[in-house]
Amino acid sequence: MGSQGGFGQSKEFLDLVKSIGEARSKSEEDRIILGEIETLKRRIVEPDIPKRKMKEYIIRLVYVEMLGHDASFGYIHAVKMTHDDSLLLKRTGYLAVTLFLNEDHDLIILIVNTIQKDLRSDNYLVVCAALNAVCRLINEETIPAVLPQVVELLGHAKEAVRKKAVMALHRFYQKSPASVLHLISNFRKTLCDKDPGVMGATLCPLFDLVTIDVKSFKDLVISFISILKQVAERRLPKSYDYHQMPAPFIQIKLLKVLALLGSGDKQASEQMYTVLGDVFKKCDTSCNIGNAVLYECICCVSCIYPNTKLLETAADAISKFLKSDTHNLKYMGIDALGRLIKISPDIAEQHQLAVIDCLEDPDDTLKRKTFELLYKMTKSTNVNVIVDRMIDYMISINDNHYKTEIASRCVELAEQFAPSNHWFIQTMNKVFEHAGDLVNIKVAHNLMRLIAEGFGEDDDTTDSQLRSSAVESYLRIIAEPKLPSVFLQMICWVLGEYGTTDGKYSASYITGKLCDVAEAYSNDETVKAYAITALMKLYAYEIAAGRKVDILPECQSLIEELSVSHSTDLQQRAYELQALIGLDACAVESVMPSDASCEDIEIDKSLSFLNHYVQESLEKGAQPYIPESERTGMLNISSFRNEDHHEASMHGLRFEAYELPKPMVPSKSPVTYTPSTELVPVPEPSYSREVHTSTAVPSISNSGSTELKLRLDGVQKKWGRPSYSSGSTSTSESSSQKTVNGVAQTESVSTSTSRAQATSSFDLKKPQVEISPEKQRLAASLFGGPIKTDKRPTSSKVVKSSSHATEKPPVAKAADTASEKSTPVQPPPDLLDLGEPTVTSSAPLIDPFKQLEGLLDQGENVSAPNHGAVNANKASDVMSLYVEIAASGQSGGAVNPVPTNGDDMLSGLSGMGIRTASPGGPAGSSPLSKGPNLRDALEKDALVRQMGVTPTSQNPNLFKDLLG
Amino acid sequence: MIHFVLLISRQGKVRLTKWYSPYSQKERTKVIREISGLMLHRGPKLCNFLEWGGLKVVYKRYASLYFCMCIDPDDNELETLEVIHHFVEILDRYFGSVCELDLIFNFHKAYYILDELVIAGEIQESSKKTVAQLISAQDSLVEAAKEEASSISNIIAQATK
Repeated sequence: MGSQGGFGQSKEFLDLVKSIGEARSKSEEDRIILGEIETLKRRIVEPDIPKRKMKEYIIRLVYVEMLGHDASFGYIHAVKMTHDDSLLLKRTGYLAVTLFLNEDHDLIILIVNTIQKDLRSDNYLVVCAALNAVCRLINEETIPAVLPQVVELLGHAKEAVRKKAVMALHRFYQKSPASVLHLISNFRKTLCDKDPGVMGATLCPLFDLVTIDVKSFKDLVISFISILKQVAERRLPKSYDYHQMPAPFIQIKLLKVLALLGSGDKQASEQMYTVLGDVFKKCDTSCNIGNAVLYECICCVSCIYPNTKLLETAADAISKFLKSDTHNLKYMGIDALGRLIKISPDIAEQHQLAVIDCLEDPDDTLKRKTFELLYKMTKSTNVNVIVDRMIDYMISINDNHYKTEIASRCVELAEQFAPSNHWFIQTMNKVFEHAGDLVNIKVAHNLMRLIAEGFGEDDDTTDSQLRSSAVESYLRIIAEPKLPSVFLQMICWVLGEYGTTDGKYSASYITGKLCDVAEAYSNDETVKAYAITALMKLYAYEIAAGRKVDILPECQSLIEELSVSHSTDLQQRAYELQALIGLDACAVESVMPSDASCEDIEIDKSLSFLNHYVQESLEKGAQPYIPESERTGMLNISSFRNEDHHEASMHGLRFEAYELPKPMVPSKSPVTYTPSTELVPVPEPSYSREVHTSTAVPSISNSGSTELKLRLDGVQKKWGRPSYSSGSTSTSESSSQKTVNGVAQTESVSTSTSRAQATSSFDLKKPQVEISPEKQRLAASLFGGPIKTDKRPTSSKVVKSSSHATEKPPVAKAADTASEKSTPVQPPPDLLDLGEPTVTSSAPLIDPFKQLEGLLDQGENVSAPNHGAVNANKASDVMSLYVEIAASGQSGGAVNPVPTNGDDMLSGLSGMGIRTASPGGPAGSSPLSKGPNLRDALEKDALVRQMGVTPTSQNPNLFKDLLG
Repeated sequence: MIHFVLLISRQGKVRLTKWYSPYSQKERTKVIREISGLMLHRGPKLCNFLEWGGLKVVYKRYASLYFCMCIDPDDNELETLEVIHHFVEILDRYFGSVCELDLIFNFHKAYYILDELVIAGEIQESSKKTVAQLISAQDSLVEAAKEEASSISNIIAQATK
């Protein structure tokens, strides 16, 4: 290989890679790459480039593109390279085009022909290369060109080809389902392929197909089960084992498919129970992949028709996850809990403290997952704690995507479970204030409607209380700077409608505020439109009430400003206002009746009041009206009208009537919800217990509807109208309500309960003494529902040691925080992180290559035995120490003499990783070889030196064995 | 499915990128910037998962190199973590104690290996042996081609002496 350099490329290319490695900043890197692009642009068009040279240019293009620059000038050369006869070049060409081109690129049409030819090749490697390209490049239009050949390849002699053909068909299915729908029988056939790889690949398309249409694959349940059984029993070749688990990736795929097939199907599910139990048992929970399979089992169990025994096993597995020390498993545990909670809602209570720990964890990912869980387990009893937490978190983050999500969740929960109107308004205010521009505009409309219509209750006092509390809160908020537009629109509307209704505030006060808003947000026309219409309403009420109207000077100037506005909408509103002020009380009363936003406006669509006028005109000789449809040679006016209408509804206030509130028939609500409850495979056990919530809770949580719609018809029952629930439930409700609402009251309530029932055991929380009362209170408010018994142990501990507990918290907390703080300081047991401290300090300084070059001579001096020693070190098998095998006992069988203490090993290993050329490198590792390791490593080492890159202790990172 | 695979060094340098979902060059740069910003600043004891724009990112650090895969929200994170490890083990077997430098200079080979493991965003082969066999079959072809080329050039060289 001599002249080509160590890694098969020219000196020039190696220099490029090296200089990129040396670049200290992104801009320096960009400069180098731009230079490279210039060079390549020049070189690549030279005549008669040797093919090997061209291949290198293409790889250099790939490198350029990988670093984020545009290499499109060379795409055509990559395409040309795919035409080459030599597989070596063809492969490079295919690699480049799959990396360069998206499926909608124009050049693809030039490759299709080559692909067609290659799919027919005798050499299976050529076919494989072509199939790789097919998966990436073929789009909807070009599918028909290659489809017949790909289907034919399903019967190819080589399993690698069959497998890729299956994957290609899967890709086709994703692109255009119709194109391969007639091929479903082929998938069924390849599922029975004798090669496990092909079978495993077939599971990908089958999973998609089953997702779309479960029914037509029910007959495969038996097959999937028997495959899973065989896999679990280690019937597959040894080479599919991964970390002592038999073909875990295939198991996971199978479990996913089974979950779909068993969902809501008792018969199919029953067939699965045995094998699922087996898989559960066989999962090795000491390694990561075992846990991955276990997690998938839990998902499957929670999807299929429930089986008590399996659910128990799943619950055990979850509690193991949650009690684990690693964040990854906690995360999975929280996720799994969220899945299982749909079926057995009480399961969360035994994990309350674990959940709260996760909620307060500094790890954002874990925190978000926990919020997701809380969202799933929200009830009317814990809604305010959960939503308050969510809002606090929402305020603290910057990630707009997640902010939107959590805001809409808050809104959804508040709408479903709000304990009181006042709380609801306050919550919505907070959401709008901090994420107003991110929430759906419909939410604002719904809230306005809610305030206008009240809650469908008969007595008006609650409604008017709601309104005045809304008005009051808005007047408080309105002065805050930079409120979101949607929120302001809503504020203006509410102030306009109800600002003066309760007589607390004078019209001039409210109008002054509205003018301030219009002035402060003068760029926002929608807000201004809302503000001026609100002004109009306020004046209208004043006039109608017979009071004298003084228009504030700032108001007057606003009207003048708007009447010459560029926006015709604003102009119109300003003129309307002016006209209205000039009218007398009687006229105003009928034009703008007070609080009439919910009234139906009767529209006489036939315009019968004009009949007389029309008649008269006709008699005078006017042309009769010809309906639009009968006219000829006219533009289609209807489309104009539609647009017009659309525009009208786009901005400004809605002048059309809101829907009438639906009559409340509580007994009907279960019927109304049936479509969504059908989604729930199992009736929840809690139905009978929580009569007052059960009708709405399960259906809502499972309906999965993203529409932010107020369920006005369900609201009444949940918002504290005990008359609908039976006597017994209402008492339990009221007591639990107390627990939730007043944090201070928690203890007193729990005291009584704990004394009442001192029997139930709770082995889970032994180290509870350390738990701060705050946390316990939170737990109680989150989990403490009607089921008091489960809460007892937590609170009883507080009670028993109440004298300590109340004084202790600072200490306990201090201990808590201390331990928390100290943990990150300890060297992590992660094998791969040990080099960290040195790395961080040297990282910006090290120059991975420069310092090495000077050492070249020394490097050559280094004797072969030395190499041997170094490489032997390197070779010592560290893979078995793979960190995720959390249990240190597991690594007992490892080669390293000090297997139990991760840190010790690490210090040894990090030295080894450095691969120094210094004599007498780190000792103490047995020279166990791994594969073709030793010789390879020797060669590599020598090559690296040849290239002028000499490993030294200065740049350990690049040379560090990734696995050790 | 897997939307993309990224290999990023601790200093934020890109070592390998593979995109299974369509992203424009501009989007790619943005994605890499965002993810490396999030990922590189995470402490060692935290989860190996990130929620990112409605998708999930699973990453794992090997020496100073971060391997990261972006998956759908309903995919199994632990499994993805093992797919990454599987990939690293195959690389390790291929390069013989793989180190970052191997990947820097042989990124195209890493691509070939990845293509045998993951196709169109789905894991296609979970047997290390099968992947290794396919790769070595391709490599032997390469070797054969090289020998041929060198023998020809030797002949030419001798002839021109």
